[in-house]
Amino acid sequence: MTAVTAGATRELVLVRDLTRTRIVQYAGASGDFNPVHTDERFAVEAAGYPSVFAHGMLTMGMAGRVLTDWFGPESLLRYEARFRAQVFPGASLTARARVESVDGDGTAAVSLTVTDGRDVVVMTGNAVVRASADAK
Amino acid sequence: MAVERFPVEGGHIMMFARAVGDPHPAFHGALTGTPAIAPPTFVWAADHYDPDSAVRPKPGEPWMGSGATPSGVPAGEGTGLGLHAEQRYEYHRPVREGDVLSAVDRPGRTWRKEGRRGGALTFTERITEYRDRHGEPVVTATMVMVTTSTAVAGG
Repeated sequence: MTAVTAGATRELVLVRDLTRTRIVQYAGASGDFNPVHTDERFAVEAAGYPSVFAHGMLTMGMAGRVLTDWFGPESLLRYEARFRAQVFPGASLTARARVESVDGDGTAAVSLTVTDGRDVVVMTGNAVVRASADAK
Repeated sequence: MAVERFPVEGGHIMMFARAVGDPHPAFHGALTGTPAIAPPTFVWAADHYDPDSAVRPKPGEPWMGSGATPSGVPAGEGTGLGLHAEQRYEYHRPVREGDVLSAVDRPGRTWRKEGRRGGALTFTERITEYRDRHGEPVVTATMVMVTTSTAVAGG
């Protein structure tokens, strides 16, 4: 088992051509039915957006996969996200994660960046994980 | 949000994992008869168990989404929920199928910032403590909402 070292990186395509149906699927699973995410007529005509847009939490949820795939599904101690730009239908998102430091107690600090197909950063984040032998 | 009882169920975890596009078998125990682990952001779904959730239509009550008109409530109401600027989770232990969580909110900090396109942005934190049926802390969540004078900034 290779130990996790500072500077190690992972990249994961989270979604290609995000669909409105996928956003609806997330609304149903999460219970967040705010119509700015799922109701085009409301989003455009009532709320003044160019279109519906994904829940920030959908992006954070998708990006969590890069952490749990890498360090294991029970490894997270902390996970934080900052939503920097709206994600509209048609977006393709890629997450990049980097181990910033590994602590003596076996935890690692990881940074995350999610970009869309036009290289716009839509989310930045960081996490603290238990970087034990589960990491692969 | 005040949630007295949020039962963490395998089928709900599976539907949530599908929605975020995560095929990890640990999140799909409902398909194999294995107790599931919840994905990192699963506690967001506690809204389903909040009787007062503002983002769920309720029988007999006006709903802000479109029907006969673009919005089911008069202009100016219902569209002012703000945008989600940040979310932070601190995990005291993993959330697992079979947990019965409660969630209690408290206000956090509030601060203002000048927007890039002018106009003030107001950031407001809400901190939610998720506890198990023994009262032990499981997850501490901090949500940061931003409100603007125009619907352009944020994420």
